[in-house]
Amino acid sequence: MTVMYTKDHEWVRADGELYVIGISAHAAEQLGDVVFVELPDVGKTFSKGDDMAVVESVKAASDVYAPISGEVVEVNAAVVDEPAKINEDAMGAAWFVKIRPSNKAEIDEMMDEAAYKDFAENS
Amino acid sequence: MAQTLKTTPLHELHISLGAKMVEFAGYDMPVQYPLGVMKEHLHTREKAGLFDVSHMGQAVIVADTHEAAAKALETLVPGEIQKLGIGRQRLTVLLNDSGGILDDLMVSRSDTDGRLNIVVNGACKEDDYAYLNARLPAGAKLERFDNRGLLALQGPMASEVLAKHAPAAAEIKFMRFAEMQIGDITAVVTRGGYTGEDGFEISTWADDTQKLAKLLLEDDRVEPIGLGARDSLRLEAGMCLYGHDLNPEISPVEGNIAFTIGKRRRTEGGFPGAARILRELADGPARLRVGILPAGRAPAREGAEIQSTDGTVIGVVTSGGFGPSVGGPVAMGYVSTEHAATGTDIQLIVRGKALPARIADMPFIPHRYFRG
Repeated sequence: MTVMYTKDHEWVRADGELYVIGISAHAAEQLGDVVFVELPDVGKTFSKGDDMAVVESVKAASDVYAPISGEVVEVNAAVVDEPAKINEDAMGAAWFVKIRPSNKAEIDEMMDEAAYKDFAENS
Repeated sequence: MAQTLKTTPLHELHISLGAKMVEFAGYDMPVQYPLGVMKEHLHTREKAGLFDVSHMGQAVIVADTHEAAAKALETLVPGEIQKLGIGRQRLTVLLNDSGGILDDLMVSRSDTDGRLNIVVNGACKEDDYAYLNARLPAGAKLERFDNRGLLALQGPMASEVLAKHAPAAAEIKFMRFAEMQIGDITAVVTRGGYTGEDGFEISTWADDTQKLAKLLLEDDRVEPIGLGARDSLRLEAGMCLYGHDLNPEISPVEGNIAFTIGKRRRTEGGFPGAARILRELADGPARLRVGILPAGRAPAREGAEIQSTDGTVIGVVTSGGFGPSVGGPVAMGYVSTEHAATGTDIQLIVRGKALPARIADMPFIPHRYFRG
């Protein structure tokens, strides 16, 4: 399944009509040990680029931006209970939210795996 | 990079150990090593961590006699320096004329009469030295020791590790120091540190600092520790970070470090800002540095507003984050004194939300100093 990435190190993957969103393994590694995650409530709507979630390491807090516009239909309570999952499986079990997109075309503006890898290595 | 950063004698070693480097106090310093902040922190509390603190300022106040050097320094700090014993170290503060803190510093008395060693914060050292040069009375002068490096070895196994190379180190008590050979390196070893754990600060000529660091790191119980874990360790230990928890507006009474003010000096005064400080000692300060335990899991960082439960602003967080040994968020900050009692319910404004918290005793993790 194709995963697309933003320049802010979020990833988006299609799951039926929904999009699953998380932060990249590269971002998790840069953050270090994640100790706290704040996710939005189900039903909240975002425009692309809005502050959507917060991840905190021992050192600092970082904002996670909505990579795509839409409504939150599910949040991953497991990652809130155990933020360290983000360091273990950022691309899988540590997904953040599922969004019902309001503008699917936005995903076309993102980077694919190869482009993101190149971007992450050079930024 | 806009300006060239200074480097410590361990710079090459940090790079070779895979450290992530950041600017701190004008130096290129390791914020973490591959182990990561969390594991570095826990390792220090469990075994021993080695910290490069060579960015700190080492200097000596020199006069003809101890009395002359001590009296000279006492014109700028509220500590009891005249009665400081040979081989002993004490924390005090450099004050401005308003009684505000310009820096916190360690003062120790050498066995050479008329020499007081000082260690000041890296970020403050140039200003401190300029202030001392301008304000020390005639007969006393400042000598910088820019050619010395400083390591801290901290943790419950620090003493065993160091004693392997220098058996005398194990005998030094908290806040005392001695000169000794560590292997073939001549060092001044002080018992104490900035983590709340037993440990040492070890001053050597800069040419020897890297060699000493490598020698100590050969021990499997020792890991190199970066500034990230240094900050979380000192926060759990309830210790101030200058420029955050202390600044030129804050007095030592407000800063809850009135132990830096000597008993005799509380009646005699004779230090900058004495009128304010003696008044605050008698009547209580308007605000006080306190420990804060957030009730939930969200860390409250520096700058977070502190409110009473009715929503009145009563202060601000000056240091905050996640305490790996506490296993949750911890913070410190200033609140108006009527809200400073341990157990007082407060709220912290984090990203626009009021999070419940309470005033708590510090340290958050008990100190484990070696008092002999």
